[in-house]
Amino acid sequence: MITLIDGLSLGSIYALIALGYTMVYGIAKMLNFAHGDIIMVGAYAIMVTLAATVSPIAAIVAAIVICTILGILVEKLAYKPLRGASPLAVLITAIGVSYFLQGLAQLVFGSQPKPVGSAWKLPAIEAINSLGITTAAAVTLVCGIIIMIALTLFINCTRTGSAMLAVSEDRGAAILMGVNVNKIISITFAIGSALAAFAGMFYLFQIPNTEPTLGAMPGITAFTAAVIGGIGSIPGAMVGGVLLGVIEKFCLASPLAPYTVAIKFSLLILILLVKPTGLLGKVVREKV
Amino acid sequence: MAMLEVKNIEVCYGMIRAIKDISFEINKGEIVALIGANGAGKTTTLHTVSGLLKPTAGQVLFDGKDISKIPAHRIVTMGMAHVPEGRRVFQQLSVLDNLKLGAYTRTDKKEIAENLKKVYDHFPRLAERKHQIAGTLSGGEQQMLAMGRALMSNPDIILMDEPSMGLSPLLVKEIFAIIEELHKSGATILLVEQNAKMALSVADRAYVLETGSIAMSGDAKEMLNNDDIKKAYLGQ
Repeated sequence: MITLIDGLSLGSIYALIALGYTMVYGIAKMLNFAHGDIIMVGAYAIMVTLAATVSPIAAIVAAIVICTILGILVEKLAYKPLRGASPLAVLITAIGVSYFLQGLAQLVFGSQPKPVGSAWKLPAIEAINSLGITTAAAVTLVCGIIIMIALTLFINCTRTGSAMLAVSEDRGAAILMGVNVNKIISITFAIGSALAAFAGMFYLFQIPNTEPTLGAMPGITAFTAAVIGGIGSIPGAMVGGVLLGVIEKFCLASPLAPYTVAIKFSLLILILLVKPTGLLGKVVREKV
Repeated sequence: MAMLEVKNIEVCYGMIRAIKDISFEINKGEIVALIGANGAGKTTTLHTVSGLLKPTAGQVLFDGKDISKIPAHRIVTMGMAHVPEGRRVFQQLSVLDNLKLGAYTRTDKKEIAENLKKVYDHFPRLAERKHQIAGTLSGGEQQMLAMGRALMSNPDIILMDEPSMGLSPLLVKEIFAIIEELHKSGATILLVEQNAKMALSVADRAYVLETGSIAMSGDAKEMLNNDDIKKAYLGQ
């Protein structure tokens, strides 16, 4: 039971990151491999703000604002000039951005892990702690669910949300509806990066250390989750993320613990063999 | 003054000149047909008018204003709707969501609701199926949805690209009956069609495109009886 809660909680972190991958893929038709590093920037933003203000709330707000702006900036400076270029060029650029952000963090903060600060602490909640569930796991799970519901409502019930769905399905037809595609892509990067900031915050609740490569492993795991769920599909990213989180925690609690990473990624191969579009992915018919 | 005036436009795809020196105009309330064979440049012309393609030379004047350098999504806001070739409805969204996206540029909820009612009057079948996913509609229904979606922006002019494509003769008749109905209610329509006979029978005037330039123009009804047109495009 506790393992399940831990797994769901880790899974919602993966899901939040996977949402960023999948939304950007759906709308901008590119794999943003720098997405994981946005998490890392969010973590450093929390550390720096915390050192300056000693207020976790201020730190969280700062992380969300900085990540959102960074996401928009990266898209404008690195990806937008390549609109219409070959997908490979965009992919390589994304990897370049990833290394750039990691290198920058290393330059500024050094390569050693740094503790985020003693003010970064969740209060003990006796009722659930006595059951063996950590406050971090509970907070992550509850907030994760709220954020995912909010995002789903935003996508399905607002004008901007339906424009996002339209652009992801048929960019040309969306333009003919009067949708400003550049603006929608910017909004997508902003939302994806804000979600990454949340993921960074939850990550720090579990492991309160920052380092330049902090985003790499959760990033690649969440990307795997997005592909397992069916890249481009929003519910798919949520399902894939939660699934990987639960599997990871159960593996770690079993004798198979040393093989956890191998099992996580083998699952990807297995699912793609059976269902190449991912669990909730749609079959895309190429028009001739 | 003509509502839409296309002046000597030229469009190139890389090194290839797709259309050269095309000029035509549409007055308010008219249906004007562009007919011609495959590859004559009909769709290219339409895309240039709605801003999806930018001309390498010439001008597109809409209500007297040059729109040839304005991005396509802003031209929609100015009152031009484009029903694309192959319908291009949003397959994964419901009929109602598709229609709502048609009104994306508008914000007045009351006006949008009134407009929706008008669209349902023109296309009762869309009202019956408003919660159905668009991808599950038949070809004819998808064409109706694409037209209804365009009407949702309350446009001053509608561009239609091959509305008869891939439809059975019966459905083609139905679609053209709706085009005539729209005409009677005062709509201005630029119609691109391979089905020259149907196009000429609803249009006021027509232009014939041949390999990227205008070969002939005139009254649509007269063209229906023109021997050269009959031979080349009407199969008679």
